[in-house]
Amino acid sequence: MLPDLLIALTMLSNFSLVATSRVSKAIQFAVLQGVLLGLMPLAMGLGRHFHIVLLAVAAVTVKGWLIPFLFRRALKQVHIQREVDPYIGYTVSLMLCALGTGLSLLLAHNLPLKPGTEYVLMVPASLATLFTGFLLLVSRRKALTQVVGYLVLENGIYLFGLLLVEDMPALVEAGILLDLFVGIFVMGIVINHIRVAFDSTDTRHLAELKD
Amino acid sequence: MAWLLILVPLLAAALAFAVSSPTLRAWILPAVGILHLGLLLVALGGWRALPATAWFGLDALGGWVLLVISVLFCICAFYAPAYLALRPERDHRVLSTCLLGFLGLASLLAQARHPGIAWVAMETTTLVTAPLIYFNHNRRSLEATWKYLVIGSVGIALALLGTLFIAYAAHMGGLEEPLRYTRLMENASLLSRPWLRAGFVLTLVGYGTKMGLAPLHTWKPDAYGETPGLVGALLAGGVTSCAFLALLRIYAVVAAAGEGAFARELLVAFGMLSMAWALVFMIRQTDIKRLLAYSSVEHMGILVFGIGIGGLAAKFALFHLAANALVKSVLFLSAGNIHRSYASKQLPFVTGALRRTPVSGWLFLLAFLAITGMPPFAPFLSEFSIASGALGTGHLAGGAAFLILLGSIFLAMSETVVKVVFGTPSAQRVRTPYKDAPATTAPLIAALALALVLGIWLPRPLQAMLDHASTTAEGLPSARLEVRP
Repeated sequence: MLPDLLIALTMLSNFSLVATSRVSKAIQFAVLQGVLLGLMPLAMGLGRHFHIVLLAVAAVTVKGWLIPFLFRRALKQVHIQREVDPYIGYTVSLMLCALGTGLSLLLAHNLPLKPGTEYVLMVPASLATLFTGFLLLVSRRKALTQVVGYLVLENGIYLFGLLLVEDMPALVEAGILLDLFVGIFVMGIVINHIRVAFDSTDTRHLAELKD
Repeated sequence: MAWLLILVPLLAAALAFAVSSPTLRAWILPAVGILHLGLLLVALGGWRALPATAWFGLDALGGWVLLVISVLFCICAFYAPAYLALRPERDHRVLSTCLLGFLGLASLLAQARHPGIAWVAMETTTLVTAPLIYFNHNRRSLEATWKYLVIGSVGIALALLGTLFIAYAAHMGGLEEPLRYTRLMENASLLSRPWLRAGFVLTLVGYGTKMGLAPLHTWKPDAYGETPGLVGALLAGGVTSCAFLALLRIYAVVAAAGEGAFARELLVAFGMLSMAWALVFMIRQTDIKRLLAYSSVEHMGILVFGIGIGGLAAKFALFHLAANALVKSVLFLSAGNIHRSYASKQLPFVTGALRRTPVSGWLFLLAFLAITGMPPFAPFLSEFSIASGALGTGHLAGGAAFLILLGSIFLAMSETVVKVVFGTPSAQRVRTPYKDAPATTAPLIAALALALVLGIWLPRPLQAMLDHASTTAEGLPSARLEVRP
């Protein structure tokens, strides 16, 4: 019951993410989604495994505290509020997101779950979130929004990982934590370089190299 | 021995970071390169005896790929001290550290016997190579680094999801951790087919992004265009080989499960698309480093095309990995020398390289002929064998398209290359103090000579290794017997 509710909220936040033009709102939705998913393992009743509790704590701390902290700092420095003039407009993005969610349901239908698995929404929700992140990455101009897209993409993978975390904890946990690390620290460093070099984090400046 | 191959470069990376003298630091690179190659040759003596429960170890396939990377690293490392001395204004502490770190992580990847470990190694390889692209610290290299990181991270994230899908396929079949390659391949028939197929598609897209297969190659021209030739050579022959190996391991599992036909169709399609796409962007390309980047896209296409055809073509696709790495290193390093001499890498400015930098100009010209399939260099042998493999197994349309694409690419590349090497250097162009010296050309001559030798004579141990490597890559039963103790 509770996991299904969290999954539904995750899918709703996908739509909010692609529909908002304010960078700070997009960050808030991504943080909300990250925290919801961070709590998922506990809602699934996996709280008896100490290492899974640790994973949940790490996910909530990083996605609910560290990432917003880093984003707030970056936002304060570059004074941007809105995603101006994205490559794909908000209405079209919303329709694409709906289409992606539908396709995810269709695709997941063809991927049978292990008998006895109660979380049938997990796979479609994971694929839909992955698709949303991808959409944000390719359709937005600001480096910050692109990083939000990467985080959402990573949320999708995390959600799928939860299906396996009880049986293959090492594989899932190492993969997810490392992926998260890349998202924040490395891209954070590069964003800082972009800010210093261009005095802005608009990736439109990064358009010198082409054929 | 397995650990030494990983730890020696990583410790050397820490040492390079600590050393304060730039000259001394630059010489750590060739010293470690030779040491690594020596250790590897000793280790390769024992590649047959690999227990099924091993977490790390060299089999024929991993050993072959690491051998290619190690030789390539040596070539680049011997070139590095002279090159870095030409760039005294740039601090190379980070560059040297990351180059050595890459060698250590590539050794980890080549020896990993578990898809999760292979993924971790691939991810960290992306991390250590990103600062290399930012070496010049200007806006253009920053843009290239950003694209490399964003596109590369998405690719690697998809590869993670693909790996998890394959783990779920095993979970469905009742297999539990540790899911080493050996266990996956021995029990391949138990794996859930839909998950396995979906997992293969995701890993192909994911690792394909890191290899630079079209249409996921968009980071490549920018990254190769903005880095020093030294880094370009290592990216084009080293990082891409790592991603190719990670993909081959998954392909072997898929093929062992009897889904090979499905996977091969995808590989052939991706291969053709990459070659065709590269051709389009090579026509009238005025930037010599971007030209080489598209050539790299083409050759990644040739690799997956060969694997997709299978049999003889698969064996020579693995051979092509070495041929491409050797000749690409000559191309990138000589292009780097020409870039140094003209202070430009754009066509109207760079002409008459044979006159201004005769040795680099000749090397660039010969390496161009070699990479486009001129006998008797190694790429001719591999490209010819892949084509005859395709035609011999009834892939008439595929084989014919392959040959037509190779011919067109030769024409497209030659237009730019001829303008660069022949003609007279323009008088207005300021002459930089750079002159070809033995230190910046000898490693290139050695690499080209090696490519020439391999094109004529393949030593028997290498031949045997390639045979084993290609059966492993194709997931065939004889390979499964070989890795048992």
